[in-house]
Parts: sequence; C-alpha cells; structure tokens
Amino acid sequence: MESADLVLSGLTKRYGDFVAVDELDLVVPPGSFFALLGPSGCGKTTTLRMIAGLEVPTAGSITLAGEDIARLKPYRRPVNTVFQSYALFPHLTIRDNIAFGPRRKGMSKREAAAEVDRMLDLVELGEYSGRKPAQLSGGQQQRVALARALINSPQVLLLDEPLGALDLKLRRQMQLELKRIQVDVGLTFIHVTHDQEEAMTMADTVAVMNQGRIEQMGAPEELYDLPRTTFVANFLGRSNLVSGKVTRSSGGEVAVEVDGATVVAPAERAVSSEGDVWVGVRPEKVQLRAPDEAGAAANHLRGGVVSDVSFVGVSTEYLVRMPWGQELTVFEQNHTSSRRLRTGDEVDLSWAPEHTFLLDAAQDATAGTQIEDE
Amino acid sequence: MAHILPTETQDAGPPAVDQQRRGPAGYLLLMPGSFWLALFFIVPTVTLVATSLYDPAGSLELGYKMTGHVQNYPTAIADYWEQIWRSLRYALVATVACIALGYPLAYAIAFKAGRFKTILLVAVIAPFFTSFLVRTLAWQYLLGDNEWFVSFLRWLPFTGADLRLINTPFSVVAGITYNFLPFFVLPLYASLEKIDHRLLEAASDLYASPVKGFLKVTLPLSMPGVVAGTLLTFIPAAGDYINAELLGSPNTRMVGNEIQDLFYAGDYPTASALSVALMVTIVVLVAVYVWRAGTDELV
Repeated sequence: MESADLVLSGLTKRYGDFVAVDELDLVVPPGSFFALLGPSGCGKTTTLRMIAGLEVPTAGSITLAGEDIARLKPYRRPVNTVFQSYALFPHLTIRDNIAFGPRRKGMSKREAAAEVDRMLDLVELGEYSGRKPAQLSGGQQQRVALARALINSPQVLLLDEPLGALDLKLRRQMQLELKRIQVDVGLTFIHVTHDQEEAMTMADTVAVMNQGRIEQMGAPEELYDLPRTTFVANFLGRSNLVSGKVTRSSGGEVAVEVDGATVVAPAERAVSSEGDVWVGVRPEKVQLRAPDEAGAAANHLRGGVVSDVSFVGVSTEYLVRMPWGQELTVFEQNHTSSRRLRTGDEVDLSWAPEHTFLLDAAQDATAGTQIEDE
Repeated sequence: MAHILPTETQDAGPPAVDQQRRGPAGYLLLMPGSFWLALFFIVPTVTLVATSLYDPAGSLELGYKMTGHVQNYPTAIADYWEQIWRSLRYALVATVACIALGYPLAYAIAFKAGRFKTILLVAVIAPFFTSFLVRTLAWQYLLGDNEWFVSFLRWLPFTGADLRLINTPFSVVAGITYNFLPFFVLPLYASLEKIDHRLLEAASDLYASPVKGFLKVTLPLSMPGVVAGTLLTFIPAAGDYINAELLGSPNTRMVGNEIQDLFYAGDYPTASALSVALMVTIVVLVAVYVWRAGTDELV
C-alpha cells in the first residue's frame, strides 16, 4: 500500500434504521481518476460527503496519507469538493470565489491573485473574473466551481455529480475537459455519478455501488467486459441474461445447457460453475445468422425470430424472440454489407465463448435495469 | 472556450416574457395603493410643508397666512437642535442594541431552532397582541424605583443604593429597543432563512472555520436583512415620543415630544417646520446609509 493512498475501511453511515453506506472498504491510489457509480440512493454521495467531512461516519475510518481524517472538521481536511449545485458564493466575484480557499489558508491577497490568474487560465474564464456567479452560464459556473476547488491543490478532489446540471452536449465536452485537467494537475479525483457513460469515459477505476455497498470495482473496460453481478451487467451498459444449468466444468471451461443447446464459457469468467446460472453476453458481441448458416461460433442458440428492428445510425438494434419466450438484444454495426433483417425473419444467435460470462442465478436478472438515467 | 458553446446562451439572459408582463393588469393592481398613498401620504406631506411656511404670527383662532416664511426652519432648528440631536442619538443606540440582541435571535431561529422555529417566530410577534402604549406602561412599572429589578440591582455590591432606571436615558432607549426589536428581527430572519446551507458547507470545505464562514458568507448574505431591519428600527425610533413621554424625564425629551407640544400649543408653523426638518434629516441619513451599505456589499 502506498502512503498517499486514500483508504476507506469499514466505513458505515446509518440514519436510524436506514443503512446508507454499509461497511465500505476502498483504496484509492494517488493520482487516479476514480468514479463512484450508482443509481440515486446507493450511498455514493454520502460516501463522498464523509470523505469531505460534511457527514460524520457511524463507524469505520478514512485514512489519507496514513492519517485518519474521519473525525477532522471539513476545514481541516486536505480535500476539496466540487458541489453538484456548484455552491458558488453569490455575493463574491468569480475572482473572490476562487481566491476563497487560499485566503482562508492565510495566503496574502497578492499571492492569491497570482494563483487565481493561473486557475482562470486553466479553466479559460479570465475575461469573467470580475463578474458575479449569477451572470455566468451553467457551464461557466461549473468551471468556476472546479477552479475554486483546484486552486487549493487538494490531496483529493471530490466531484459530486459535477456535470449533472448541464445539458447533454455540454456535458460531453466537460467530461473531456475534466479528464484533461485531471491529467494536467495529476491530483486524485473522486467522481460521483449516476451516469455510467460518464464514469466509463473519464475514470481509470470505476466502483459500481448499490444499496450502500460496492458491487464491483475495476477499470471500465474490465467491468464492462466481465461483470460479476447481474446489477453491474445491467447498470453498466446492457446485457442479455439467459437462464442455464451447468452440465460440465473441466479443462478451464464451463459448459451450460440453455434450452437444449450447449454454450461454453471460460472458467475464469464464471462466478458460479455449478447448478443454475445466468448466462450473460453483451448485445454487440452477438452475431445474427441465417438458420443453418455455416461457420457459426461455438455458442449458438437457434430458433430466434426478429421481433423489433431499430436503426440508430452507427448500428442497428434488434430484438430477437427466442423459443422460450425471452427477448434478447443484438446490436449490429452498420457495415457496408447490405443485409438488413426484418421483423419476422428467422435467425440464430451466435457468439464466442470468450465473450460469455456466468453469474449467480440467485441474483435478480433485472437488477440495475429499472433505474432511469435522470 | 465559451465561444464554441452555443448552448450557453440559452441561460444567459432572461426569457422574453417582459412584453407580456406589461399590460393594463399591472396598472390596475397599482391603483388602490397609489390612491391610498396620494390621499394619506402625498396630500398630508404637501400640507405639512405648506404649513411650515405659514406666518408664525398667526394662531388657530385668528387663522394662518401663507407668507413663505422660510425663517421658521432656522428658528425651529435653533430652538430644538438639542432634542433633534438627542433623538438621533437615542435612535442610533437603540438600533445598535437591536442588532446586538436581534441578530443572535434571528440567527438562532433561522439556523438552530429546528422544530421550534414557528413557536419562536410567534413569540417574537407576540408583543404585538397588546398595544404599544400598554406595553410601554408596563415597562414604567418594570423599571420603577421600588420594583424587584431595581431592588435587585441596588443589592448588587458594585451598584449604588441610589441607582435609578426609570426617567433616565437608559429607560427611554431600553423602551425603544424593546418596542422595535421585532421590526429588526423579522426582516433579518427572512434574509437568513433564504441562505443556502450548501454555501456554508462550501465555505467549510474551503478551509473557513465556523467563525470565518459566518463572517465571509452568512453575514454578507444577510446584509439586506440587516439594512431593512435597521431602517425599520431607526426611522420610527427617531420620531418616537411615547417612550420618552412614559419612561423619560424633561432631560430625555426627544424631538417627537416637542413637535407634539408645539401642536398642542397651536404653533403649527414651528411644529411643521420641525417635522419637515426631522424628515429631511432622516431621509439624508438613510440615503447615505443605504448607499454605503450597498457599496460595502460589493467589497
């Protein structure tokens, strides 16, 4: 463990009977862009507020660079927050808003002014320094909030849904901007969001939270490629989860019977390798084939009927009704090939074993699907 | 970066509803109030100013002549500058006392009272259920020489046995403070109540101790309430005569008492000149104060 790590251990927050954060253990290495991803009410904001010092943990510790900061007052912690509502001081100019932290730490007016200029350059707001927050647009206010926190060079920068109030286009732009700034300044960023795309675009490491616990943590591509719970499979992107029964587990492979057919998955991609399992595959990993077409991949499910086709530009989204009644989703890139399937066409589904993952059948197959992107 | 963000203009300016707002409805809504003001403020003010320019040789019985007698002003001010000055002093001290007592009270109600908020607000307004006069008479009793409060003070080792409160400047200022405290607390409370608590969290996150957070965030944001409250306290306090009448002595007479006496004595021109002089003084003081407070907020 490196000494500058942020370490949460056994961190718990209870409000009466409600457990908002449940014995969270987490290590965030310095300089990383870490995302806490989850639906609203999953405890991600509470976790962030405990790190900031705005909530007192019920139990557990928060250690930063070897020092337990869990009971320190927020103004004594080397962390700063970019608030969801920005919380800019309405009575102060942009310049004074940004200078607020350094001035409280005892920096002279002149020194602070030089720092503020540097920050204004970083967020490209120099010409607005004399204005009040209310005279700026949402995106500009967001950048002021960022500059106001960054100027303090905190050991950890906390971002609470910082882009939530922006419209989609601006949000995409700010994601790249934030990522660029994080690389530039090299600070640890902890970013709380309910937007899985945002988390995956920006973060080195994503922790998916659900009901006060971390479901799974890892690099975005790892999480996406190999979800370990049904919640992660559904919340992070989309997944087809089909009920199956393990028939054989040997030679680094697990074979599962699905509606009479056998599909195979590498053993290391199986959470559970006996009894009932969920067989999972991402929609874009599945290929549609004409019935009895040659050259099908190892995992092959027959007897599907196209029930819906929607064209979304770069790809086409198919819904395929399987013989057991379930509808599976398939994304197909719109390559030059002119083949277009229509509703009612008969198709087989086929995909490679290395794209298959097996999950615990005891988990709810719809976990994480009902949550709307706000 | 801003120039490549066309979406930002959307929330830059107010929506174009201004034209819809301007219509006959606005003027209709203004009418009752304007009528009221014209009848009971503008007309009396004009009359007052006119009366202040009457020939002072006239009387109620003989009638007054409008002679444009500007000399009424220097005369009135020369005769009563002491009372004018005293009124302003008492009003100022009472206003400062209202800030000292009322700010913590309003702050506690807005931020710390929790579910007792409503009860405390009712308690602040409760004195209004009895008349101003009756409450002030009650203070006459409270501060009386033979009452328990004065007896208690006299019993204390560091006060003299001849200590008095009633009929002193203290009792007058205390009475004014008491009577106008709610007028300070209520607008200040409204101002404090509006402050977004997340701003205080942000201040705390940015290394401001609770005291610094108060001085840098809460206090400046509550300034509109402080200004409104002090105006509602100072202005009526400077013109008040009930407290000086009931709790004071000949040595604590305020300009309001003199104006009242002059009217009773039938010297309308001098009374009016004194009233107008007081009004102008207060307007000038208030204008300077509001202007100063306004610029302070920007610093």
